[in-house]
Amino acid sequence: MTGRRPFWLFTALAFGYSFLYLPIITLIVYSFNDSRLVTVWGGFSTRWYAELFRNEQILSALWLSVRIAAMTATLAVILGTLAALTLVRFTHFRTRMLFAGMVAAPLVMPEVILGLSGLLMFVTLEQAIGWPPGRGMTTITIAHVTFTSAFVAVIVQSRLSQLDVSLEEAAMDLGARPWKVFFVIILPIISPALIAGWLLGFTLSMDDLVIASFVSGPGATTLPMVVYSSVRLGVSPQVNALATLIVVVVATGVIIAGWLLHRQTRRRDR
Amino acid sequence: MPQQRRDPAVLEAWQDPDARPFLEIQNVTKVFDAHTYAVDDVSLRIYKGEFFSLLGASGCGKSTLLRMLAGLERCTQGRILIEGQDITRMPPYERPVNMMFQSYALFPHMTVEQNVAFGLKQERLSGREIRSRVAEMLELVHMTEYARRRPDQLSGGQRQRVALARSLAKQPKLLLLDEPLGALDRKLRERTQFELVNIQERVGTTFIMVTHDQEEAMTMSSRLAVMDVGRILQVGTPSEIYEYPASRFIAGFIGAVNLFEGRVVSCEEELLVIQSDDAPGEIVMYHANPLAVGTPVTVALRPEKLRVLDTPPRDDRNWVQGTVREIGYLGDVSIYHVGTRQNRTVQVQVTNRARRTAGPLTWDDSVYLGWDNDAGVVLTA
Repeated sequence: MTGRRPFWLFTALAFGYSFLYLPIITLIVYSFNDSRLVTVWGGFSTRWYAELFRNEQILSALWLSVRIAAMTATLAVILGTLAALTLVRFTHFRTRMLFAGMVAAPLVMPEVILGLSGLLMFVTLEQAIGWPPGRGMTTITIAHVTFTSAFVAVIVQSRLSQLDVSLEEAAMDLGARPWKVFFVIILPIISPALIAGWLLGFTLSMDDLVIASFVSGPGATTLPMVVYSSVRLGVSPQVNALATLIVVVVATGVIIAGWLLHRQTRRRDR
Repeated sequence: MPQQRRDPAVLEAWQDPDARPFLEIQNVTKVFDAHTYAVDDVSLRIYKGEFFSLLGASGCGKSTLLRMLAGLERCTQGRILIEGQDITRMPPYERPVNMMFQSYALFPHMTVEQNVAFGLKQERLSGREIRSRVAEMLELVHMTEYARRRPDQLSGGQRQRVALARSLAKQPKLLLLDEPLGALDRKLRERTQFELVNIQERVGTTFIMVTHDQEEAMTMSSRLAVMDVGRILQVGTPSEIYEYPASRFIAGFIGAVNLFEGRVVSCEEELLVIQSDDAPGEIVMYHANPLAVGTPVTVALRPEKLRVLDTPPRDDRNWVQGTVREIGYLGDVSIYHVGTRQNRTVQVQVTNRARRTAGPLTWDDSVYLGWDNDAGVVLTA
């Protein structure tokens, strides 16, 4: 029995990982396919990469998505942190439970509903006060902030609730006023959570297709929207090339983050 | 054991009716959630240079009282004055008071140096002044060589010293210590008691310490207050509280004690004669205030004040007889639990003068225990 266990373990492991990574590997391999047909292998080539960098539509969509994601992540970190602070520090207000539930609600809300309600709100707002004028980058950003700030709030909240209250009390006791305590003590200590929240917000925004489709207008096409629509017209191998580049960037980012974290914990243990 | 070496002029200030208290706590009350009285009408006068302890079991309100002094908790009622100035409504960052937290609350993202400098930076002192004061403080607690370390690279004892240095750096008029030795192991705690008292003498700051450890409170303080359910039961020097506890609760809380219940049968000047079911003969005790015949009283006798006798005393007063049930050998002393004929267990402590593997007494020995008429206290509460 025991002699067989490694064999079964390895089989299970191989299945699990191939389930996760086979599609991605296929995609990477086919990005170097010379053939125009995605499913037929026509020899090695990097020509789709070259074409990708000449494709104005994809490049401008990428640039738009990055700008929206960066803006969303930044705003979401600010709003989410404020929400988390309120929920963790002011434990004695009457509607606290209601607010805590409402902050977390976007996490479980179907995206279709978020997108639709966003669209309705923006249309109503435009008719009532004339802002936002039409739909585009602004409306996508606002819609993304509403749901990503919920994620940030949850992350920051868990970090804040682990924070020893006596740290703040000690800082005040030593003469720091409350706003200074926040910037000099609390912010630096929870900064890993803020960075994690920012990265998550960025990723969620980059990744979103459903909500963006609802609230965007003519002229504001994000990257996922371009990819999705081009797939519907028949996959261009350029999309494979783009996806491969994204995978490489993300993997590099994850490896660097992991390495930094590892180095930090090792330094702490020493 | 550390004992505060007292400058009588300063440290017996509480006996001088003209002395102006440094800190005055006037009828301070703290109510949580409208019903729970965490601190209930507490008044205290603490004098300059004192090492004052608030002693009590957990939940007795001692920490809440300390936090009100630091400004971290609002008083529901009452006033707090430092040198005559009302600080009741002053926020913590303006009070001339610093606190050393039980968890030490060192800022994890700052080095030892930066932690100690934090309070000084808030005062906007010049860089040179801050550096010299930080160096002086680290020297005081012997942490100079660890200046560049972060708190997570220090041991418990080292963190405790950094916390002390940080709270003393601003030269507060009053230092509050919340269970300062609570997180240290026994050996280190005893050494640190010594150091803390030394440092207090050197800087001359008034210290108020909260502790649940009666031994710690006894050995370190000039005076202490025993608290229970939000009230102060007794204030006094360690020896006053040990030798003259005001109630059975305090007698039992501080040190071991044998309690004999009885009634006053006669009262001659300062000598009370007490009849007790717990002792075969009469119990005779000195008592400053006369008591009426028939008053129910409790005689409290410390184990070290009892003597082991071979025969019952001739006058048939102040004795019990029993057999040794348990022996606790502590090295310097032995503690015997003696089961008396009255079905009580009496503790007696004997100093081990000679080196013996077993004491003069062993299990099931029949012994007589006696005491002098000034050995115990007569309690009516």
